[in-house]
Amino acid sequence: METIYLDHAATSPMHPEVIEAMTKAFGQTFGNPSSIHTAGRQARKVLDDARTILARAIGAKDSEIIITSGGTEADNTAIFGVTNTLKSNGKHIITTQIEHHAVLFACEKLEKQGFEVTYLPVDQSGRISIEDFKNALREDTILVTIMYGNNEVGTTQPIAEIGQILKDHQAIFHTDAVQAFGLEKLNVDELQVDLLSVSSHKLNGPKGIGFLYQRTGTPLSATFLGGSQEKKRRAGTENVPAAVGFAKAVEITQKEMDTKRSQYEQFRNVFLKILDNEKIDYKVNGNIKHSLPHVLNISFTGMEVESFLVNLDMSGVYASSGSACTAGSIDPSHVLVAMFGNNREELRNSIRFSFGLGLTEEMIKEAAMRTAKIVQRLAN
Amino acid sequence: MVETRDPSQIRVVVGMSGGVDSSVAAYLLKKQGYDVIGIFMKNWDDTDEFGVCTATEDYDDVIKVCNQIGIPYYAVNFEKQYWDKVFTYFLEEYKAGRTPNPDVMCNKEIKFKAFLEHAMKLGADYLATGHYARVEERDGEVAMLRGVDNNKDQTYFLNQLSQDQLKHVMFPIGDIAKPEVRKIAEEAGLATAKKKDSTGICFIGERNFKEFLSQYLPAQPGKMETFDGRVMGTHDGLMYYTIGQRHGLGIGGDGDPWFVVGKDLERNVLYVEQGFHHDALYSTSLSAVKMSFTTKKAKPSKFSCTAKFRYRQEDTPVEVELFEDGTAHITFEKPVRAITPGQAVVLYDGEECLGGGTIDEVFKNSEKLTYVG
Repeated sequence: METIYLDHAATSPMHPEVIEAMTKAFGQTFGNPSSIHTAGRQARKVLDDARTILARAIGAKDSEIIITSGGTEADNTAIFGVTNTLKSNGKHIITTQIEHHAVLFACEKLEKQGFEVTYLPVDQSGRISIEDFKNALREDTILVTIMYGNNEVGTTQPIAEIGQILKDHQAIFHTDAVQAFGLEKLNVDELQVDLLSVSSHKLNGPKGIGFLYQRTGTPLSATFLGGSQEKKRRAGTENVPAAVGFAKAVEITQKEMDTKRSQYEQFRNVFLKILDNEKIDYKVNGNIKHSLPHVLNISFTGMEVESFLVNLDMSGVYASSGSACTAGSIDPSHVLVAMFGNNREELRNSIRFSFGLGLTEEMIKEAAMRTAKIVQRLAN
Repeated sequence: MVETRDPSQIRVVVGMSGGVDSSVAAYLLKKQGYDVIGIFMKNWDDTDEFGVCTATEDYDDVIKVCNQIGIPYYAVNFEKQYWDKVFTYFLEEYKAGRTPNPDVMCNKEIKFKAFLEHAMKLGADYLATGHYARVEERDGEVAMLRGVDNNKDQTYFLNQLSQDQLKHVMFPIGDIAKPEVRKIAEEAGLATAKKKDSTGICFIGERNFKEFLSQYLPAQPGKMETFDGRVMGTHDGLMYYTIGQRHGLGIGGDGDPWFVVGKDLERNVLYVEQGFHHDALYSTSLSAVKMSFTTKKAKPSKFSCTAKFRYRQEDTPVEVELFEDGTAHITFEKPVRAITPGQAVVLYDGEECLGGGTIDEVFKNSEKLTYVG
């Protein structure tokens, strides 16, 4: 049985060229970029080249890229780094109810430390309203952290509009672009963001690496102290081969972005068409106009996510529900709760399919057929 | 239900707790060639203030064992069903002054109902668990037999299972003794081979029972009295005590130790008397409700068999009289100590567990013992 991986929003396979570039780097570039000898300088050169590629992808300067261990560290660094530095200017933070937990839990921790956090609500499509945002903004707001595109339902937020509003405000503007980067054209000046988080493994790069863009002059205290790597903003010997792989993955996605976008939109249509043909009772969760192209979150009437996902797995279709189920704990997805409210069937019957490298239209059709068959068997 | 298919064509979902018994159950089934899937069931959330939850650790063990055996694993959550069907009953019984048996209810409503239905949705032919019990084809039906390890036999807790449930059930370790189960686990190098057996009621675990219960039911302290009205001290709340209990009374003095012999709910009085074999602790018959049988075979309205009134007790010969409303009157061959309302009475014919019910009232020579509920 052919297995079909439709969970690229969780993590994605490495691109063969990434593996090749990294393998080469593992073999040849072992030096410590901080060392003063030739081996060190070689590693430094490789790392700097990689940084340039990362920076260019979002219209940033090389010096504005802080390489981290991934998206979570980038988000945490942004939130704690800013609030720690600016706490004398105010105690107010604005975020949304649908952020990734790397943002939400960081904000909750700050609340316990005396900060005041506004969690903006979203509409049924998962989008915040600019009005709500304007109403929430205060003189003492020091940080606004709003995700670019949601990982569960794909809805994108009006980041540029918010950036414009914040232009003359003291608040630092951070966006978590972990799910969006690679499929959305992101330019930090157009968006007018001060901080932006990215992760490598969502776009066919290696795991364990990401970056935080920090606009020049944005106050930020370091979390990791030690050596003077990353201009003292993030101590620790750099993972040079991972940076090489990350840069290679970014290079590829920047080149193929338009093709991929239209391909995933086609996948989405094909998938839904088959569900229609099979007379499946479903509803798409998310926003039709403002959405990441690779995330397709579907609510299936009468289904239960737990048995549905296991059946999908056994039929070789790998997908996921909004939030990971660990040790049998099913906290309903906070994103779906924010969109629909509590005790709604969407919380129990929604599945996320996400597209990425290596998929063909044939595979999407096959996956949709297998999905339809399971629904026909289980829904009563 | 005599299986003719090749084991590889038979899908068995194993309910895995993260303990050694269910680990070995899964291991043996896989060795026999079945299409095995391990599923961890979460019925209770005991996350503490540090975010630590025993279920997380147990599930980690399930993952390790399943990866060692080479079977897929998943988790399923029945917290809501458990709360509605088991925990609510548990509290109601305590409120009514009885001593409930949540394990019996959990098997009936969760493990072999909600979980069985879940397994069926995954295309399973059978649900297997690590219980010490056996199933065997007898007269065209599935009979439930005691586990061969008499010390571990768990049919007492499974007495409410019906034929419709039992025909989908496998008990892979029911014909093995516990030490042998440990040995198999060790030889196979299973991660749970040396894991301590869980004790007590699953959702309370190692915690203090009184403290746990007091979170849910208000405790009303009252007097401890003897039948002739001597006040021997105070009790912390009637629900904390069970018939025949010795520990935790705090009555000093000379002579034999003191035991709980009854309760008066209206007066909120706990009756205590001296001596393990005090006469008040003995009864000669009981009435049971919610009688359920493991097979569909018609039962005569009166028959003799043996019975257990609590887990790990020796069987007692009894006479059973069944009534049409699902109740029964069960008379003992000789007086039995500390029969406790709310607990299960389970009937046996030799090796076979016939079924059982819930102990409702207790009698001594046809006279109802009002003091035990």
